[in-house]
Amino acid sequence: MSEVVRRVRGGGGWARSSPRPLGVALPPVLILTLLFLYPLALVVQQSFQPGTAYGDVFASELFRTALWTTVWIAVVSTLECLVLGFVLALVIAFVPFPGARTVARFIDVYLSFPSFLITLALLFIYGTTGIVGSFQFLATPWGVLLAEVTYFTPFVMRPVLAAFSQVDTAQLEAASSLGARAPRIIRQVILPEALPALAAGGSLVLVLCLNEFGIVLFTGAKGVTTLPMLVYSKAILESDYPGACVVAVVNVLISVGLYGLYRVVSRRVGA
Amino acid sequence: MLVHSRKAKWAVWLVFAVLFLPLFALPLLVVLGASFATNWSGVLPSGFTVSHYTAATRGEALQALTTSLVTALTASLLALTVGTWAALAAAGLKKRQRRLLDALFVLPVAVPSVVVGLAILVAFSKPPVLLNGTRWIVILAHAVLVTAFAHQSVSAAIVRLDPAYEQAAASLGARPVYVLWRIRLPLLLPSLTAAAGLCFALSMGELSATMMLYPPDWTTLPVLIYSATDRGALFAGSALAVVLMTATLLVLLIVSRVRTRASYR
Repeated sequence: MSEVVRRVRGGGGWARSSPRPLGVALPPVLILTLLFLYPLALVVQQSFQPGTAYGDVFASELFRTALWTTVWIAVVSTLECLVLGFVLALVIAFVPFPGARTVARFIDVYLSFPSFLITLALLFIYGTTGIVGSFQFLATPWGVLLAEVTYFTPFVMRPVLAAFSQVDTAQLEAASSLGARAPRIIRQVILPEALPALAAGGSLVLVLCLNEFGIVLFTGAKGVTTLPMLVYSKAILESDYPGACVVAVVNVLISVGLYGLYRVVSRRVGA
Repeated sequence: MLVHSRKAKWAVWLVFAVLFLPLFALPLLVVLGASFATNWSGVLPSGFTVSHYTAATRGEALQALTTSLVTALTASLLALTVGTWAALAAAGLKKRQRRLLDALFVLPVAVPSVVVGLAILVAFSKPPVLLNGTRWIVILAHAVLVTAFAHQSVSAAIVRLDPAYEQAAASLGARPVYVLWRIRLPLLLPSLTAAAGLCFALSMGELSATMMLYPPDWTTLPVLIYSATDRGALFAGSALAVVLMTATLLVLLIVSRVRTRASYR
């Protein structure tokens, strides 16, 4: 009897064991290989073409600035998204106000809009003839930072809100009746519950920030060049494909490396 | 629950409003306001007009909207097919193979979309497969970009599926294909429609890979919005952006209707 149960539970039962599971998996893998892996391999190959040594690209001031700008904007935006997303989700979940559910639903809708809308709005607020008036805020990295924090904070809020909905409010009441004040409850009860969600959301936002293109493109600023922007300008504006491929490989290595870390971390913490 | 005194509650809500409204509500309101205006030099936009909308619903703009809709629908269907197939196939594999397949299919999330665009441009600009300059290069790029999301949400749903139904069907003699068609896919329908909505929304707003690939006769709405703002037509661009958001939301609404009906079956 226990043998049967184990077979059903563990092996996935009869229905899952189709004749050749590997054969069934083959068509989608082939499609992905043709449309994604093979093109990516060609980019790597192009980046190693003679005449466009990696050294040239690494030595260029533009590339080094772009690399630094990309990384620091992404890291700082991620940290700000984490803090802001945590605080906002905290209020929605634990100090609920009439309409808090609507706000939570608004967050979901917000996620389905493209990122460049934020920059478009900021162009009116901080642009040359705008609400705040003319100063070249958007042409600086700070403008990009503001746009990224605005757009990506909901990506942290959603998993954190999901985690908060699992928190038993009796725990909070107990802590509170034992004399713990709000900061202590947040630190010792709520924060530990939210950590996996914060880790998962934060690393996703970090990768998305490193790869963000629309926000930077829409600022129209020549002052802010990130790696994706450099790939675009090298390939499309200068037709320097080998150079674009080198930058692309660097960008992919950074992002995929961080994303791999994210997958490992989120599997560890069980998110 | 966390804050008990009335005064403190109001203080917390005030802080929330001060953070939330300017950051999240204001951008959308600004774009909406600007789409009805001719200039904006004070606190409020001025010169009320609907002319941007009349322009945004005909000619080039209407063409771009249709292009975006067709691209998003086709790409979502392709992504959903491949992503679901991969997720279903992965569920029948051994643990290590399944992990490998999952990792393979989430990879496009981690790779910058600009690089996906560049890679597809490099690969399909020369024989044997010459797609550069056709609409298919855009559609395929979108499909690659959203497949990862389709795969992720479908495989998350497969894990939650109760195996009792398919085991019962199989024990009654149903063939695997029949079990798939009559048991597993119907049970997965709610998450399939959710995944379809996600793919559609992402594809509608896709700009990075499209900028690398689009041929002149296949301009999507985001590209048109960019070219409008780039030449300084910010107000016209806002109207186009509102059209884009409205179209996306409408399709999402229809999809969620299908979803509620599917989950009641």
